[in-house]
Formats: sequence, C-alpha cells, structure tokens
Amino acid sequence: MDSGFSPEEGLRYSRQLILEKVGWPGQERLRAGRVLVVGAGGLGSAALFYLAAAGVGHLGLVDGDAVELSNLQRQILHRLADLGRRKVDSAREALTRLNPHCRVETFDLRLTAENVPGVVRGFDVVLDAGDNFPTRVALAEGCWREGKILVSAAVQDFSGHLMVIDPGRGTPCYRCLLPEPPPPDPGGPPLGILGAVAGVMGCLQAVETIKLLLGLPSDLATRLLAYDGLRSRFQVMDRLKTPECPLCGASGGNRQP
Amino acid sequence: MKVIINGEPREVSARTVFALLEELGLPPGRIVVEQNAAIVRRDAYQDAPVREGDILELVRIVGGG
Repeated sequence: MDSGFSPEEGLRYSRQLILEKVGWPGQERLRAGRVLVVGAGGLGSAALFYLAAAGVGHLGLVDGDAVELSNLQRQILHRLADLGRRKVDSAREALTRLNPHCRVETFDLRLTAENVPGVVRGFDVVLDAGDNFPTRVALAEGCWREGKILVSAAVQDFSGHLMVIDPGRGTPCYRCLLPEPPPPDPGGPPLGILGAVAGVMGCLQAVETIKLLLGLPSDLATRLLAYDGLRSRFQVMDRLKTPECPLCGASGGNRQP
Repeated sequence: MKVIINGEPREVSARTVFALLEELGLPPGRIVVEQNAAIVRRDAYQDAPVREGDILELVRIVGGG
C-alpha cells in the first residue's frame, strides 16, 4: 500500500485501485486534485457525489441559492430536511457524510465576470454545472483567460451535451460554439428538465474530470458529446475553432499563449 | 426530399441548412450542424446545400443544469 493512505481508504477505493489506469499512483493524483464545481444543482449533484466518492482530495463548490422543494426532483445532494438551507452547506454535509477524506470548500455566491478569476485560481479543473447562460459565459471566459480546463455540461428537457475546453491546448472555446449567447432569462416559465438526464450528464462530467486528473486523454477536448434521452442516442461531433471568435479568435485579444 | 435527422427519416423542403433550421423552427445561432459526418461552419449555414439522402445531426446548445 502507498504511504499516506489508511487501510480504510485502501478498502474504500479497492474497486478502482485494481483498475490498471488508476492504481495507487492514480489514487494519489485524485487525492491531490483540486476541482471546482460551479452549481450544486442537477448536474453538480451527480458530479460532486462521484468526485467525492472517487476520492478527489479538494472539492470547491459555488452556489448562491437556497434549497427549494422544486429542486429535489433532480438535485439529489439535498434532502427534504434541507429546505431553506444554503445549498453549499447542504451539499458539503452530504459529501462529507459520503467521504470524510474530501475537503470541501464552499463559495456562497453567484459568479460574475468580476469574481470568476479569484474563485477559479486555486483549482486544477473547473466544472460548469450552472443553470443559465450569463453564468456559463462569465465562467467560460474567466477560465479561458486564467488557463483553467473547463468541463462544461448542460441539460434541457430530455437532452444534454458535454465538452472539455482546454486553453493550454488551444482547443475550441465555449464562445466558438455559442458566438451570440441568448439574452438573460426573459422571465418566462422555467425550463423543463428530466432529473435523470441531469444525472447522466453530471456523471459524464465526473468521468471526464477523473480522466483529466489521472492524465488520461479525452476526445471531448475537441469534440461535443450530445445525449438525446428521448431517442436513446449519444452523438459525438467535432467542434470547430472559429477564427473570428470574440474570446479565442485572432481578433479576440484573449488568446492563450 | 428525404433526409435523416438525428437518426430519423424526415421529409423536408428546405434546400439550405439555414432554411432547414427555419423549417424545423430551430434558432440557427444555437444549433450545431453535422452533415454527412462533417461539421458545417456557422457562417456557411446560408449557403450550405441540403441534398436528398443527407444524414444530419442537429444539436441544440442549451444552458440548464
């Protein structure tokens, strides 16, 4: 057994330790990993549970909301008894109950273009598990400028998509895919989401994040994975870098070296 | 004409990718289009022809979570 892990941890992680691509060196990398999850909602609940279960050593968690009854249909970190509590508190408790070896750092705030750099700076990988376009754009732009790898997932209805954005490798960015983000919520009724679909995509975010921490390559750095729950289909398609992209394009002025 | 959209045979009348998205009521700015296994650049939607038998994958970029 590797130094620094207890017999309890050896047993806890035994089913992944026997994986050739994990083992003790991989477990060390997971323990040394610092992962920020933006949003403790439907996507974040699934991703956070599995990242904590796998033994990621340091989890950051950003959410500025309180737990509401209509959240419980998909946000499985929170329970009925948590109604009204800050989501970051409810989530930290659930994750620590599952795996006390994870340090959970919480940010009870809404991300803006101004506060993104300070929040993401201490982390290796950032998960976009938000629920609106303005936050997603602010996070994607901040991560690109700070050189942080972003694992971005989103869901609506029975569908979802997932991609990895790696500024260090000059992959296509979020704005390459969405050059003109939709205006902020026009105030209509909330979007429908099947809870299990958010779970599917959140789990996929966790898989890609664990691969990144283990140093395994991901096709999704240059491709987009789309899940269509109604037709029971997964599609993986190339992403293109947009030369005139406002964030990473030649005229964007924000290119990573 | 017949095309395959997201795995399902469909009868459409549009002759370009842009017109197809309009026909289907999809916002072009938020749709990623793959045509016969090749991504169509956004600035080419207006001119990219849609032909009989094309295999199209349309993915809507969403923001929920």
